[in-house]
Amino acid sequence: MTEFMQNSAYAGVTISLVSYAIGAWLKKKFGFGFFNPLLISIVVTILVLVASNVSYDTYNEGAKYLSWLLTPSTVCLAIPLFEEWELLKNNAKAVLAGVFSGVITSLVTVYVLAKLMGLSHENYVTLLPKSITTAIGMGVSEELGGYVTITVAVIVITGVLGNIFGEFICKLFGIKEPISKGLAFGTAAHAIGTAKAMELGDVEGAMSSLSIAVAGIITVVFATVFAGLI
Amino acid sequence: MKYLKQFLIILAVSLIGEILKDVLPLPIPASIYGMVIMFVCLLTGIIKLNQVRETGKFLIEIMPVMFIPAGVGLMSSWDVLKPVLIPVSIITVITIFTVMGVTGIISQTIIRSSGKETGHDRVYAK
Repeated sequence: MTEFMQNSAYAGVTISLVSYAIGAWLKKKFGFGFFNPLLISIVVTILVLVASNVSYDTYNEGAKYLSWLLTPSTVCLAIPLFEEWELLKNNAKAVLAGVFSGVITSLVTVYVLAKLMGLSHENYVTLLPKSITTAIGMGVSEELGGYVTITVAVIVITGVLGNIFGEFICKLFGIKEPISKGLAFGTAAHAIGTAKAMELGDVEGAMSSLSIAVAGIITVVFATVFAGLI
Repeated sequence: MKYLKQFLIILAVSLIGEILKDVLPLPIPASIYGMVIMFVCLLTGIIKLNQVRETGKFLIEIMPVMFIPAGVGLMSSWDVLKPVLIPVSIITVITIFTVMGVTGIISQTIIRSSGKETGHDRVYAK
């Protein structure tokens, strides 16, 4: 069995999808935020791979086709954006102010905490682009001299946390407007957060997709400024 | 055949995004270029909504599944993450709260003070 797992291109992905489906079923059945299908799938897959001694590279032989779909799917985020274009235009000021203040808050929070905990310059700039989409974040981290591998890991963790706790955080701060919820998800938790925003509604999803692009670009500009502070 | 055509258009836009990423010296991923191009094409009518809608909605619906490999990839970056785990965890958790809070509250305040249509009365697809 273990030997089969170590050579199979389908076993790992199948486990990922089955555990995702079970997670989705549990969430529907119990409606409890902790049963996040994405989190359950990641945890179950890692446990199975480690237990059967399968390397990530073997798993990725099959799983890379899931990742391959990410670019065309991100391109498709333009569709809800187009469908909600009127709404977006009417609220342009709120959208820009929301995303801009979110990006600055992200950079300031990382700066203050890094300063308090005495992080090195390298570790600090590694974390600066943590709230934005992986591809832009990697570029920023590399440019500033950070550890790109850690940046990628932190970006993924940020996205998953946003996906799991986003609804709770919106409730906590009394964020009820669909536009604002979407902006919060996209600015704080990029595409993984957007996947969640899409489930909440079309307006949330569209605003969240928009935030990924806008937040990414604003971060590219301001991360350089913040990088000089530590 | 409809889905195949739709997927072809989406892939073609992705390809143009990839070419732009190759040509332009900015740290912007192909997918973001593609998203902007798709949006502009829809806005100008070069691509009609019904030429991409169904396949696009399907891809968006299954999107969370596409992040599983990246999440599972954490198992191989565990060694580099371990030494900085505590500061990184603290920063990650706190930032999620501050960024979501500030973005949501500021935009909500502006929306409510302007009194425009907010999307509340929409009938959602899901």
